[in-house]
Amino acid sequence: MTERVPILRIGEVLVVSIQFDLEDQTVLRLQEDLAEQIVRRAARGVIIDITALEIVDSFVGRMLATIAEISRMLDAETVVVGMRPAVAITLVELGLSLGGVSTALDLEKGLARLRRSTISDEA
Amino acid sequence: MTDVGGSHVAEQGTAVELVGLLSVEGRDVAGEWVKQVAGTLKGRVSVAELSRELGELHEALVQALGQGAADVHDEQMSEVRALLTELSRNRARQGFSPTETAVGVFALKQVLEPVLQDGTSEEIRAFGRLSRVLDGLGLFTIETYTQTREELISAQAEQLMELSTPVVRLWDGVIAVPLVGTLDSARTQVVMEKLLQALVETGSEQAIIDITGVPAVDTQVAQHLLKTIVAARLMGAECTVSGIRPQIAQTIVALGIEFDGIVTKASLADALKLALRKSGVEMVARKAGQL
Amino acid sequence: MTAPWLPDEAPQIYAITHNRDVVSIRQTIRVLAQRCRLSLVDQTKMITAASELARNTLVYGGGGAVKAGLVEKDGRRGIAALFEDSGPGIADVNLAMTDGWTSGSGLGLGLSGARRLVDEFDLVTEVGVGTTVTVIKWAR
Repeated sequence: MTERVPILRIGEVLVVSIQFDLEDQTVLRLQEDLAEQIVRRAARGVIIDITALEIVDSFVGRMLATIAEISRMLDAETVVVGMRPAVAITLVELGLSLGGVSTALDLEKGLARLRRSTISDEA
Repeated sequence: MTDVGGSHVAEQGTAVELVGLLSVEGRDVAGEWVKQVAGTLKGRVSVAELSRELGELHEALVQALGQGAADVHDEQMSEVRALLTELSRNRARQGFSPTETAVGVFALKQVLEPVLQDGTSEEIRAFGRLSRVLDGLGLFTIETYTQTREELISAQAEQLMELSTPVVRLWDGVIAVPLVGTLDSARTQVVMEKLLQALVETGSEQAIIDITGVPAVDTQVAQHLLKTIVAARLMGAECTVSGIRPQIAQTIVALGIEFDGIVTKASLADALKLALRKSGVEMVARKAGQL
Repeated sequence: MTAPWLPDEAPQIYAITHNRDVVSIRQTIRVLAQRCRLSLVDQTKMITAASELARNTLVYGGGGAVKAGLVEKDGRRGIAALFEDSGPGIADVNLAMTDGWTSGSGLGLGLSGARRLVDEFDLVTEVGVGTTVTVIKWAR
């Protein structure tokens, strides 16, 4: 039995806050759950909060990039928020720059970013 | 069996002789030792302090020798080593020279020297052996002293690095690091970690790395700068590099380092203007006489 | 490469046979990294490298074990981890060490990425026998 990361909804935005060190299976499960929820709830944005994560390896990094790609195809934008400095330095050294992923310092700035891009979409 | 017993007895004999040198009836060896050392330190360590240090050392040494210790690294010498370590560390921190530190041990030889004139031949032989032990202890003192100084130096170098690389807040949401002087790989790494940490602490989405004061960069330093900019982006912040000198621009191009997608500005002022605009701050010049 | 383990403390061996072992190895490495006073960034790098290598051992090596502990050389402390499997081995080491190359479904950053995150990296492999990867990170 694998654990499951809860997905919250605030308006048109899905919020995932990862609070513990994830097993690979849980990471894959989250990826599937999110894809399904974006469609079912007609979400325009996804925020993945990784403030609590002390490490992000290539497996989790790939999950972040994949979710961003999937949501783009489903007309939603993904913002990864709260990456710690040591994690960011390590990811760069590892060779992962997450080119297609939007980022923000914290949840609030992430929501603001989504709001801005939704407005410019509609304009 | 007899052989083993025999050599054991001889060893015991040696131990007794060595201890005998250090604790002569009617003579305050430790006290004379203190007096000898106090002369060389010119009052920079109080006599009370010296008496305590050397008194303890004398006692520990007598005990170690009594247990058959013949070398500074022997098991029985652990208490002596601990005391010497403390003494050498204190001297190193208080700014005494290596000589002033080691003399604390070697002075004991001078105290015992009269034995060479009026001692028995056994005593003179024992003095020779004790002399070798004391030489070992003296070297140990110098080693500990040097080690402590090295620790001090590296701690100071680190402090200097921290001091020379401030991260300043220019505006709400805009921070900057003005880099001055030659950048090496280690210093660049420290600065960059500080910059990223400051982004989190101040909640800033704009950072400016000003390298006006940097005469040259090598490949490694340029790579570190680049990695930091990517790392900042992963955290949700944007970096602008300002004040790139022509030589540095040439180096970067010549080294073939990808600086694509990196925002650069000629001066810190230009970079600040850009950063403010990006954070939604508008600047309007007031018309003359409108003050 | 033989790791200069601390004389008075034997390294411990942990099995890697399940996904959850990868998680617990990350925690084990964190505790060791903190004990030898690695900086926060260096801790993060070492744990991430261990995570990549543990996953490689599990996925490509068909499971194995890691031996991890503190090391000391020239008065410097560090942390070492030796990942061992008896899987298929790697036929072309140079190719496997290239960024982006993968025999499975990963990003191909496991080996090459892990090497960049540590101070010492050593890989011994033989086709049909298995693979051993040793990594060391020194405290600065």
